[in-house]
Parts: sequence; C-alpha cells; structure tokens
Amino acid sequence: MRRLPLSLLVGGAITALFVAAAILSRFWTPVDPTAINIPSRLKPPGPGGLLGADHFGRDEASMIMAGAWTSLSIAFSGVFIGGICGTALGTAAAALRGRFEAVVMRVNDVIFAFPPVLSALLLAAVLGGGPITTITAIALFMVPVFARVTRGAALQIAARDYILAARMAGKSGIRITVEHVIPNIAAQIIVQFAIQTGLAILTEAGLSFLGLGVSPPTPSWGRMLAEAQTYLSAAPHMALAPGLAISLAVLGLNLLGDGLGEMTDPRRRSSR
Amino acid sequence: MTPLLRTENLCRRYGDDGVAVLDDVSISLEAGEILGIVGESGSGKSTLARLVMALDRPTLGTVFFEDRQITALSERKIRPLRRNFQMVFQDPYGSLDPRHTIGRIIGEPLGLAENAPRGAERRQRIAALLEEVGLSASDMDRYPHQFSGGQRQRIAIARALITRPKLLVADEPTSALDVTVQAQILNLLLRMRADHGISILLITHDIGVVDEICDRVAVMRAGRVVEAGPLRAVLDSPREAYTRRLLAAEPTLSRIRRPK
Amino acid sequence: MMLEIEGLTVGFKTRKGREEVLHGIDLSLSQGETLGVIGESGSGKSMLALATIGLLPRGASPSGSIRLFGDDLLLLSERQMSAIRGAKIGMIFQEPMTALNPAMTVGSQIAEALHLHREISRSQARGEALRLMEMVRIARAPDRLNSYPHELSGGERQRVGIAIALALKPALLIADEPTTALDVTVQAEILDILDQLVRQLGIGLMLISHDFGVIARMADRVTVMQAGRVMETGTTEGVIRRPQHAYTRKLLSSLPRRVRAGLGDPS
Repeated sequence: MRRLPLSLLVGGAITALFVAAAILSRFWTPVDPTAINIPSRLKPPGPGGLLGADHFGRDEASMIMAGAWTSLSIAFSGVFIGGICGTALGTAAAALRGRFEAVVMRVNDVIFAFPPVLSALLLAAVLGGGPITTITAIALFMVPVFARVTRGAALQIAARDYILAARMAGKSGIRITVEHVIPNIAAQIIVQFAIQTGLAILTEAGLSFLGLGVSPPTPSWGRMLAEAQTYLSAAPHMALAPGLAISLAVLGLNLLGDGLGEMTDPRRRSSR
Repeated sequence: MTPLLRTENLCRRYGDDGVAVLDDVSISLEAGEILGIVGESGSGKSTLARLVMALDRPTLGTVFFEDRQITALSERKIRPLRRNFQMVFQDPYGSLDPRHTIGRIIGEPLGLAENAPRGAERRQRIAALLEEVGLSASDMDRYPHQFSGGQRQRIAIARALITRPKLLVADEPTSALDVTVQAQILNLLLRMRADHGISILLITHDIGVVDEICDRVAVMRAGRVVEAGPLRAVLDSPREAYTRRLLAAEPTLSRIRRPK
Repeated sequence: MMLEIEGLTVGFKTRKGREEVLHGIDLSLSQGETLGVIGESGSGKSMLALATIGLLPRGASPSGSIRLFGDDLLLLSERQMSAIRGAKIGMIFQEPMTALNPAMTVGSQIAEALHLHREISRSQARGEALRLMEMVRIARAPDRLNSYPHELSGGERQRVGIAIALALKPALLIADEPTTALDVTVQAEILDILDQLVRQLGIGLMLISHDFGVIARMADRVTVMQAGRVMETGTTEGVIRRPQHAYTRKLLSSLPRRVRAGLGDPS
C-alpha cells in the first residue's frame, strides 16, 4: 500500500468535516439557525453558543453549519455543471480538432474574460439574485477552465499509440473518447474539480456578500460577513467565524486537489 | 496469384507547400511472406505503414488489399476489412491503455469480427492467445504496468492476432526492447507466420532484424524506395550506393577494435 | 590508473528500507583508453555514469570509492565536484536536444563553458568555440556558431554535445549511449569523430552502450553489467571471442546473425 500524501489526508479531513457539517445541518443544528433571540444579541463565544451569536441573537455555530450547506451545494452544483460542459467541450475539441476546436477555444477565451462576479451581476440584472444566478455564473466561468484543462490532457492522450490501436480495432471517435481518453484524464479532471470547488466557494461568498446570493433568512457565509461589518468592533467573532469557515473550506479543497494530483501523478511520486 | 497487399505510386504530402513524405512508393507482399521496409529517420517508412493500415489517406496512389482498393473506401466500408490487417507498434509502453486489463486490451479488436465470441468463449479465445504468445491465461485480469517491455510487446502481438488477420504490420516492434528480448519477439513473429500463415510488413531501421526474419526487403530513403528485392540479393550484393552505405554503417562484431 | 572505481554501491532510501541498484562495482580506466560498459535496461550502467560525474538523483546514497587521479570523488563537496565536472570530466548524453539550451546559440553555449571555467575573454572563447566546432567536423562551422539547437540535425547536435564535453580538455569523458538516438549512418560518423578525438587527445573514454556492435568497434576493454553487478571485464576481443560468463554468452547469442557474422560461433 502506497503511503498517501499528507496534503490529501489533511485536505480530505477538512473537506469531509465541512461536508458532514453541511449534511448534518439539514437534519440537526444546535439551535435553529434562523431563530431570532434578541437577549443573546452579539453574545461572544461561550458555553451557550460555541461561536457566539449575531446581531439578531442567532446562533453563529448553527448558521455556519447551515451556511456550509448553502456554500458547498451552490459551489458544487456550479462546478459540476460547468465541469461537465467544459469537459465535454474540451474532449470534443481534442477529438475533432480543426475548425470546431478553434471556435470552441476562442469562445472559451471570451467567456473566460468575464469574472464570475461580473457575469453574476449581469445575470442578476436579468434573472434577479438567488442561488440559480450564482450557480449559473459559477458554471459559466468553469466551462472554459475545464475545457482548457481537458483539451490539453486529451491531446496528450490522443498522441498515444493505444489510440491508434483502438482505431485499428474500428472504434469510432466517440467510443475512443469514452473508453480511452476520459478514463486516462479522469484523475486530472477530479483534481481540477476539488480545486475549482474551493474557488467557487469563494465566489459564492463574494456574491452573497454583495447581496446576490441566496435570499435571507437562508444562512450564507458571505452574507454573514457582510452583516458582520457593522459590528466589527463590538462583535469581531461575527466576522471571524464565517471568515475562518471560508478560508478553511477553500484551503481544505485546495489541499485535497493537490493531494489527489500528487497521488495520481507518477512524476510527483517520491521515487528514484 | 494476386498479392495480398499492393501499393501503387503512393504519395503523401503534408501542408500547403506539399513536402512529400512519401513519393511514388510501389510495393507488394505475397501471402505468408515477410517484407522488411528498412530506412533511417525521415525515410517515410512509418508513413507507409499508416497508409497501408488505412490510418491515413494518401495524397496520390492506391493501396490494394486482396485486390480491393482500400484507399477508395470510406472509413465505414474499411471497418469490416480491418480484422484482416492489424498492427504492432514500436513503444510497448505507449500502445497499451494503462487503465484497461490485458483481457480487455487483447479483446478490443474483436468488435471487428462478425459474430464475435462473447462471455466465456471470448475469455477462452483470449486465454488461448495469451498462452500462444508465451504468457499465461491468468494474466488476463492484470494491468499493463505489471509487465515488462517484452511481455507488453507480446500482449500487443496477441491483440493484433485476435481477429486472425492475414496481414500484420509491425512498426519497429523490437527497437524499444533489450537485445535478448528482441530475439524472443522476432522468434515469436516467425512462429506466428509458420502457425497461421500470416504475412508481415516489418518496418525497421535495423538491418540485423531484417536479416533475421525477412524474405524480401525494400530500402527506403527520403520517401522513396531506393532498392528492393529478395533478402539475400539486397544484403549480399546491393546495387545502390545508399544501400551499401547503410550496410557498411551497421556496427557488427566483425570489426573488433584491437588495443594499441 | 586515471580512474579507479572500487566497491561502488548506490542505494536509494525507500519506505521498505534501502534499495540497492549498484552492488559493488569495480573497474578502472587509464588515460587514452576506451572502456566499454555494456548492459541491458536495469543493468545500472547509467547509474554508474551518474555516480562517476556526481550527478546521482536526489535520495541516492553511494558508498565505496571513485578515484580520479587518486582523489576520491565521493568525498568531495558539491562545489569541489562541480569544479571537476567539466574541467576534468566531460559528459555526452544520449539525447543532445535535452542537454542543450534551446534558447541559446550553439556557439554561445560552447563559449559559455569556456568562459565559466577558464580565465579567457569572450572573443577568445568564441574563437575557441569555432575551433572546437571544426574539430567535431561541423560543416560550415562559422555560420553554425549562430544557429540554435533546433536548427541543427540530430547528428550535428550530438557533435555540439561532444564539442562542449571536450571544451575544457577533460581527462575523462563519459558517453552514455551517445548514438542511440541517431540513424546508423550518422552513428558511424559520430563514432569515428569520437574515436579519433579520444585517441588524439589521450582522453580516457567510458562508453556506455547497449549495443555490442558499437562497443566492439570502439572499446579497448569491456565491462559487462547485469542487474547492478559486473559480470566480467576483459579486453574487447577476449570478451567477445571467449566470453567467460553465461550472461555475456546469452547477450552475444541474442544478437542478430548478421551482427555476429564474421565472429564464428561465440559459444
């Protein structure tokens, strides 16, 4: 058994913690995260509430848990949709080459020029804010990211002799892509998936900070940060809790991505 | 008797300025024969292999397989013919998909055969072939990285033989292998010819390999065939200056340095 | 003896403990002599070359001794070793393209080696570079000085590789499969040049190859390696005509008939 990279273990543990908290929050939180409880308003962390309470006296710990669900589900959905589309376009571009490839890659360049916050603002003007807008904006941004990575990786695989052997076996381009290309680039796609989900969490937080994310009272890390601004000196824990949650989640996913990359990339394995 | 494989005036140019990688190449190969195509880099020998295997289309000229003009056929029409000609590649590390089991790799071309065997019968056929190329039936469920270069080349040969083809094109099948392994693989090719009567088009840069197993040889240089004929005639009394130069350049044990 | 290697082992630390790839190599080489080192993949022949020039991969731990003019190279610091590399030991690699800097003209690459190690001006170094390129018989050498590696053929690049290796007049030259990536006709030219220069300059050449034909033609003595061990060492003629070790016999008998022809039966 190969020893697993440290980054994979640490990143995996952090990510698992957040995923577990997010799922648990659907069934149970210490306190209802939307319950307003004025008496404990701005209460610092203590035995009553592990991370304290906000300006409405809502329990920060419960809100972080529920916010994890918001953050992760939106980030994941966006990256998933964008990743699938981008991967499909990237592998198709590598398989078909020629004009299709040129058009796909140029369009990608154009989309890539729009940061997700900008496209979310544009989308919000049309669709209004909310999770669908956020997911669409993230997905849109992810398409070129994944298309580039998969196209590059697929082109490398396409140059292998086993692709020629598959052609000698009469396989069509689509079958070759499905049976040979995708399994051999899957590891790279998964690595991207982890890292990009981390970035998407950041994007989601940014958008809800700007008020374009999920609508209240659904807890969200970004909005928690935005609300904390007013009380920064009176209740720094209000900013600290969501801030740390975001940083830690992004760090965890990045480590996970790095670790997965290290584990699957033979060149990076420690060897002679 | 019509030859199994015949090319007529094959040309292949790339790009708009049309550099000819292959220029007016006509060769033919009889059933059961081993024809060596020998040449240095840039001679066009690998391009010839790709054209013959219908992996690429010529700019001009024709490839006949058993008198069928395969260069005139669409990929869809070529497909059912593919089980008759298969290929072994140079790099046994790049020619086997690392994520597929040996059984799946060897069975891949079976899709070409009409009423291809399925299930237990398919496994049996793959197992028999594995043993025939000197591996064991239980290797079927293992993965390429568990095998040495020579074993991988045996697997590649098994894959090429599974549809019982009439023609095998081997593109530098031993140049990535150690010399002791090379000898074994060449013997395996000879045995396959003896047992199954297949014809082999052997692409190589190595005169020693040609001499070992070929019946006839064509010497290529810069996209053209400079000399072709029966093995002994070409190697023992070459007519062309280039052939002589090629033969003389080959390091052999007939020239041992004596210490000063 | 110029070079004496005694009991050289090279091991790597792995999770299962130390894994040894060279298990006690003994060999020697005198000035003006060519020693052929032959072996198949996994024989450790390239590791031997890397150990000798002090370029073992990270994590490798050598033991034993490698004496060049009496100094044990294994005891030198990295700084002392890099002074010796180039100045006393030259190296020719299998793939000259990877050994050359693609962004520098070949003339400046040769001159750089001279300028770095010797106290000579840039223009002197350039003149010397030209002389070296003519020495390795690069046609139109004055024009070629300003060429980039990708503008040269494989054979020309390997000539440049030889010129760089010889620039500082090393006493020992190590060539690891110097012609394996080349066509046979080009190989013959390169071997000729190498042989002539080594004799002319009185350099000791350690020629590493998998090709018995190349070794037979170039080497005064041969060391046969397998799986990190020396199977036998002897004069080229002796090893080829009267192999002492079963592995050598196997290696010889695996050669194509044509390569063996003229030898009689080796067994």
